[in-house]
Amino acid sequence: MALELSHLRHLALLARLDLADADLEAIRPRLQAIIEYVDQLKKLDVEGVPPLDNAVDLTNVRRPDEPRPGLPAEAALANAPAVAGPYFAVPRIIDAP
Amino acid sequence: MTDDLAFLPAREIAERVRTRKTSAAEVAQVHLDRIRRFDPKIKAFLSVRQNASPGAPAGPLAGVPVALKDNLCTLEEPTTCGSKILETYRAPYEATVVSRLRAAGATILGKTNLDEFAMGSSTENSGYFPTRNPWDLSRVPGGSSGGSAAAVAAGLATASLGSDTGGSIREPAALSGVVGFKPTYGRVSRHGLVALASSLDQIGPFARDVQDAALVMSVIGGHDPLDATSLPGATPDYLGKLERDPKGLRIGLPKEYFADGLDAEVRDLVMAAIRALEKRRAKIVDVALPMTEHGIATYYVVLAAEASSNLARYDGVHYGHRTKAPAGLIEMTSKSRAEGFGPEVKRRILLGTFVLSSDRIDAYYHRAQKVRRLIARDFEKAFESCDVLMGPTSPTAAFKLGEKSADPLSLYLCDVYTVGANLAGLPGISVPCGFTKGGLPAGLQVLGRPLDDLGVLQAGRAVERELNLAPQRPSL
Repeated sequence: MALELSHLRHLALLARLDLADADLEAIRPRLQAIIEYVDQLKKLDVEGVPPLDNAVDLTNVRRPDEPRPGLPAEAALANAPAVAGPYFAVPRIIDAP
Repeated sequence: MTDDLAFLPAREIAERVRTRKTSAAEVAQVHLDRIRRFDPKIKAFLSVRQNASPGAPAGPLAGVPVALKDNLCTLEEPTTCGSKILETYRAPYEATVVSRLRAAGATILGKTNLDEFAMGSSTENSGYFPTRNPWDLSRVPGGSSGGSAAAVAAGLATASLGSDTGGSIREPAALSGVVGFKPTYGRVSRHGLVALASSLDQIGPFARDVQDAALVMSVIGGHDPLDATSLPGATPDYLGKLERDPKGLRIGLPKEYFADGLDAEVRDLVMAAIRALEKRRAKIVDVALPMTEHGIATYYVVLAAEASSNLARYDGVHYGHRTKAPAGLIEMTSKSRAEGFGPEVKRRILLGTFVLSSDRIDAYYHRAQKVRRLIARDFEKAFESCDVLMGPTSPTAAFKLGEKSADPLSLYLCDVYTVGANLAGLPGISVPCGFTKGGLPAGLQVLGRPLDDLGVLQAGRAVERELNLAPQRPSL
């Protein structure tokens, strides 16, 4: 299937990648080739085959519900590009009243 | 004398350090000196601990100098994953494998180069610089753990750790002429490994022989309560149980692993090694893995889906690069990511977003998960008639830098023999099996049943023992 520029723009927005149309045009033929390659899977009969999502088939691994030390706030904030007090700071997303 | 120290096996270094014949500080210095002399050519390291604190003079890896792929979290230096987006990132905790190495007495020398976020098979996709193959500096060392493979091949480290999501330990081991072991999924804790594709990733060792790889495995393996996917139980003494007569061992040769696309010289070297085991009365069995031709396609759908989800965490909020003066939240995240990620990472994130989008998820991602089951069944069936599988690790020896960068698909096909083990969770090892006429190393891959890490190491050791190749060092 042909990958249209408009479709690629939408994917880039969903993926939170700010790419100019020229960048997307450069990516398009390579991505198109990869999608055409993986399209070979459509020819296979997978009716009734259970999906394999985890090679060890471990499910719901639990630990005892006991408190234990977590990451201290200073350590968690140490790499943040911007902080405000004990919080991660981001650009304003709600207009001031 | 000092260069001999550089190429000494880990087990001998540890023995000398434990019995105080050599100090850990001296061993560390010899390796740091070699890094200073030779790494400007090879560029295996992203960061070096110039004042590496020598490991404890006790423990199974006493004083053994070890390098770490730079997607393993450490406290002393940045953990970049080969990406500009994490250029200044300092991990707030240490990976379990690193703690275990230190507790065993190892000296950590530094962090090695990789394809950005471990996406690649040549280490050319690093956001910093490509690494070169110590046997031929115009060629790639393989990837994505190319820095870890090259460091061990060049005698800059005695052992190293890498991660293998589709072949990223075994393929660079083959191309760089060292041993690389990918354990059963869950055998080694992934706590502190920066995630690429969580259902495929596994940490494992590089070493110059199978005995050293087994020694490192015994140290890093075993259950870790901090990784819910790590398998229960401790690891056995792999090194102590390593020597096993190949007599009666049933070796399966998957016919698809010797089909078109395999370089004739690589094939001959691999077959000569298998014949050597046959002479020791191992039994050769022909097997089929008919889904092999769909392995790469399945792998790229699963990998892209998981990677696009895992890499959503690089949002410019919590850590990593943030764009300057963004207008709003979406712009901040989108520009930070566009500026921080390289082209291959962007391609795979877009592919992952495509295969997971609500109108495509059944046709791509869910279908790939079903094909993944068929691939695992192929292996189960093959293992009904054999104990291990053997074949080439990679279809060719090391290729030139730039040779495959114009066409990502041709690069993806380097992993045709390795992705199956990740999709099915099997243990696998690449063992050197000689050199091509052009002087490039070739690797033989052994694959085993899930949980049979010991059987794979034993078979790999049998290959090494029977071939008994004269030791060679790259001329640098």
